[in-house]
Amino acid sequence: MPLDPSFIGRTYPPTEPYEVGREKIREFAVSIGDANPVYTDPEAAKALGYPDVIAPPTFPFVLSYRAAGQVVGDPELGLDFSRVVHGDQRFVYTRPVRAGDRLTVTIVIDAIKSLAGNEVLTVRGELHEASGEHVVTSFMTLVARAAEETGE
Amino acid sequence: MAISFDDVEVGTELPARSFPVTRAALVQYAGASGDFNPIHWNEKFALEVGLPDVIAHGMFTMAEAVRVVTDWVGDPGAVIEYGVRFTKPVPVPNDGVGTSIEVTAKVAALLEDRRVRVDLLVKNRDLKVLGMSRAVVQLG
Repeated sequence: MPLDPSFIGRTYPPTEPYEVGREKIREFAVSIGDANPVYTDPEAAKALGYPDVIAPPTFPFVLSYRAAGQVVGDPELGLDFSRVVHGDQRFVYTRPVRAGDRLTVTIVIDAIKSLAGNEVLTVRGELHEASGEHVVTSFMTLVARAAEETGE
Repeated sequence: MAISFDDVEVGTELPARSFPVTRAALVQYAGASGDFNPIHWNEKFALEVGLPDVIAHGMFTMAEAVRVVTDWVGDPGAVIEYGVRFTKPVPVPNDGVGTSIEVTAKVAALLEDRRVRVDLLVKNRDLKVLGMSRAVVQLG
């Protein structure tokens, strides 16, 4: 069943603030095997001009993925998550996420397209610090496959 | 040491890397990222939905690939844009060895404000697994 194109432009309420902790960043950096000290050592981060440790470039997905649950679980949209795969991912950074940030995510449906029977959703996540400063935007495309086919 | 814009040209190659991927790494990544989709840790489930094996999280592969850029430039905050397309899965066998993600990258364009576009080629078993894999990087 095609998704309703009137959902294009729909904006969901900002998520509750997520406080980024040093140990969470460390855990994430370890999980990707990245030993860059700027992720774990506040002094190394300061040497590069940051007030505290920063997070690896793909870390914001932890927040944007969780927030995108609002779209996936929106009963009015009716997306069948069992057929959904992650098609594309892009980040545009104002600055890196860092320890101490209190980040909210505002999810917007940027596009809904039908391509060869698949439904393609572009879900934008705007991450802002509690101060109002923009930190990073995540663009995620979700592909709801028409056929009995899976993959990532 | 920071890379200067004046020291690069279109075609400049970044140091290539090979990143191991094991089942244990996927479990660890699932926990750290909060993505517990069973296709990344439950072989029975993965096979039932038609996959060849447990597959790596696309975001794990994306995270590994950009390390070629962040290790080159030194400051990960110099990455001001990064995007990929997930084109093929990375199957991870349960043989104690796993598989690997092979990453090469080169400067593809010189941009304004001492920025460059780096294009990444990301392969597993000689197959390209990420498409349109590009980063915009601020150089000194």
